[in-house]
Amino acid sequence: MSAPHSPHHEEPASFAFDAESEAQIEKILKRYPEGKQASGVIPLLYVAQKQMGRATGSAWVPRVAMDTIAERLGMAPIRVYEVATFYFMFNTKPIGRFHLQVCGTTPCWLRGSDEVLRACKDAGHLKGYGDTSEDGLFTMTEVECLGGCVNAPILQVDDDYYEDMDYESTVKLLEALKRGERPKPGSMQGRQGSAPIGGPETVLDIPMRHAAPGRAGEE
Amino acid sequence: MAKVTIDGIEVEVPNGATVLQACEAAGKEIPRFCYHERLSVAGNCRMCLVEVEKAPKPVASCAYPVADGMKVFTDSALVRNARRNVMEFLLINHPLDCPICDQGGECDLQDQATAYGGQGGRYREQKRAVKDKYLGPLVKTIMTRCIQCTRCVRFATEVAGVPELGATGRGEDMQIGTYVEKALTTELSGNLIDICPVGALTSRPYAFVSRPWELRKTDSVDVLDAVGAAIRVDTRGPEVLRILPRINEEVNEEWMADRGRFSFDGLKRRRLDRPWIRVEGKLKPASWQEAFAVVAERLKGIPGQRLGAVAGDLVDAESAFALRELMVGLGSANLDCRQDGAAIDVSRRDHYLFNSGIAGIDEADALLLIGTNPRKEAPVLNARIRKRWSSGALKVASIGPAGLDLTYKAEHLGEGPDALATLRDGGHAFAEVLKGAKRPMIVLGRAAVARPDGAAILAAAWALAESVGALTPEWHGFNMLHLFGGQVGALDAGFVPGEGGLDLAGMLGGGVDALWLLGADGFEPGLIPPGTFVIYQGHHGDRAAARADVILPGAAYTEKDGTYVNTEGRVQRGRMALHPPGEAREDWRIIRAAGAALDVSLAFDTLDALRARMAAANPVFGMVDGRIAEGCHDTAGPRLAEGAAPEATSFTLPITDYWQADAISRASETMAECSRIYNDATPKLAAE
Repeated sequence: MSAPHSPHHEEPASFAFDAESEAQIEKILKRYPEGKQASGVIPLLYVAQKQMGRATGSAWVPRVAMDTIAERLGMAPIRVYEVATFYFMFNTKPIGRFHLQVCGTTPCWLRGSDEVLRACKDAGHLKGYGDTSEDGLFTMTEVECLGGCVNAPILQVDDDYYEDMDYESTVKLLEALKRGERPKPGSMQGRQGSAPIGGPETVLDIPMRHAAPGRAGEE
Repeated sequence: MAKVTIDGIEVEVPNGATVLQACEAAGKEIPRFCYHERLSVAGNCRMCLVEVEKAPKPVASCAYPVADGMKVFTDSALVRNARRNVMEFLLINHPLDCPICDQGGECDLQDQATAYGGQGGRYREQKRAVKDKYLGPLVKTIMTRCIQCTRCVRFATEVAGVPELGATGRGEDMQIGTYVEKALTTELSGNLIDICPVGALTSRPYAFVSRPWELRKTDSVDVLDAVGAAIRVDTRGPEVLRILPRINEEVNEEWMADRGRFSFDGLKRRRLDRPWIRVEGKLKPASWQEAFAVVAERLKGIPGQRLGAVAGDLVDAESAFALRELMVGLGSANLDCRQDGAAIDVSRRDHYLFNSGIAGIDEADALLLIGTNPRKEAPVLNARIRKRWSSGALKVASIGPAGLDLTYKAEHLGEGPDALATLRDGGHAFAEVLKGAKRPMIVLGRAAVARPDGAAILAAAWALAESVGALTPEWHGFNMLHLFGGQVGALDAGFVPGEGGLDLAGMLGGGVDALWLLGADGFEPGLIPPGTFVIYQGHHGDRAAARADVILPGAAYTEKDGTYVNTEGRVQRGRMALHPPGEAREDWRIIRAAGAALDVSLAFDTLDALRARMAAANPVFGMVDGRIAEGCHDTAGPRLAEGAAPEATSFTLPITDYWQADAISRASETMAECSRIYNDATPKLAAE
């Protein structure tokens, strides 16, 4: 049985930036000096990918979008293809509604990323990395270190980091996504940033804390 | 200058030179794959590692600038070990299928693995395999062999000016290709085959044909465009198997255009390999004696001034000169080598040459193209313009059809000759650019003067050159871009109407009773009045041969020793790589024999004697491989009849189909396929 073909996920015949994208592009291109607009290729690829996500529910960059970017930035289309295919953050093929990016690098793996992977497979009905679920909701890819090792394991959903994951929290997250909710990103164990669970454990008594206002020595 | 010591040898190299260049200056061979002296530096193959004193690790010499007092070691234990290891890495994913690879025997990877590699690999895993890419009908790809040096990507982007190749994906998934499947839209694609250091890009027509050591190599020159690229003709037995460019810095550097490189299969097809005579309206095979007998009999009753001769675009100067001698001996002054009717003034050589020189483009700072698309007419020359333009020092403008893709930016000033007048009156900003330039070039396409008002256009272009200061004793900025390799040679040989002689139009207008066509396929043979006795001497049964009453089979440029003059007036010698097929003979010999049959004494019995006569008649033929490079000492323009003025008609381009522009390429299947693919795939090209 093959995955159902959603008409939205075919290579579109044309691509044009919408008003929201145009506003972002205007801001982006101002960052670069005149004549160096080609530097904006990566941000523009993001803009295009986001727009596809908004418009079709699948955040990917079709070739026509790359051509549009090339034209906008005055560069050869192949130069855009090179960038877009180099970075795995750009999806050059249609993906599901939610892009599950499971970190499998050592720290996450030591902290149980295998469980996160298993939970994604079970709850998202996915066969493995690179697979898109038949309902078109999830695409799962393996990513390298996301830089959130202190809160390992990490599951990145589109742009959001869900941290301190385990099997149950992953299933819960996916179920919520299926219901159309977007749980608050961050630690699933409720800690603040990467602070210890349950509040500070070291340097509990800092004299400065009581010296208010401002820092000691300034008085 | 920086003093660098390479393996104990002290050399001085310019500041900013790379260590690799310094090593070469010291005579040390540095293995390399990605580095190519005519492309930008990539530094990704790591084969050129050398040891530099005080550097913590081996450095890639191609990308490492020299410093004064640097000590470099190219053959230390560290370097040898580094090279062995780099080679081991490069071969990890290389299929090692040399026995079935067309690059075998002339492969950089093969050679360098033998010279610098280790004993064997330690890699026991699966090798990666890459899907082959389609790059067009000329370049065959076996991408698994690719070592990702990116020379082809840089060549396409920098030299050919078609940024269509790229490296997509990353790491093990990196692939060279166009991403969107398409034939590369360049006339220089054959050079990709040459610069590829491995067997990833090979010649499609040459696939599985031969090994390099089986070939006999003959140095020659390309005549299929007027650049006159230095070539090597590789033959085995009676056929040309491939044509490769040689290095000639003054002309083609090391590039070559596709039509010259790939049309050689046309040398085997539609050939005239025996004489034919028309008997009762039908061409019948004949012997040379019979053919000459018919020629002698038919020409006997015709007075000299009723005889005419037309030379084609690919003729060698020797045969043009010999035929001229014959016609003069017969009392005829009706000679013309301008089949296109170009109003070329032969009174002075610099009125019809590319006077700045092809290498002169490297100094030019403003360039105006008039009625020409050099990309189609002389692709290698166009690449040189692009090179100069890329350096930022050249501004280009064009007058002629709009919307040309020249591979560089050219300001479009107008479509017709009126733009010339506007420019001369300073009515356009580019006039100031030309005036302000130190080395301005006016490039006039030959086709721009091949129209009724051609003489006036020639004069206008010359006048423009003069008015912008392009004609000085130091610099000659007036240039005519010819289209084929035989055109300038025939002009230099004086194959133009003599005193009171008729030009082509006059001859076709009923001025002659007999017409000798020397490889003249460039005009519509239907224009020859019925009843005219036509002798066709040439190598291909192309347009004109069907109209002939006698066919004298000649030799193509690979089959004779001939002199060709390129568009800049450089006299070059092509050499016989193989014998003409069947009964066909070298053209000057045919003319010599015809002279004997016609009782005209021609003062040459050998090629050397003929060449000596040519040099006596026109000293330029004595300067082989050279050209008179000098400025303009006499700014008097070409002759112009009273009251002649350019018309308002727009310029048109002469080459509508790059791949089928002459008798040889029209007979070539490879070129026919190119024509089909490129003209279908890009309707824009067809519209040109």
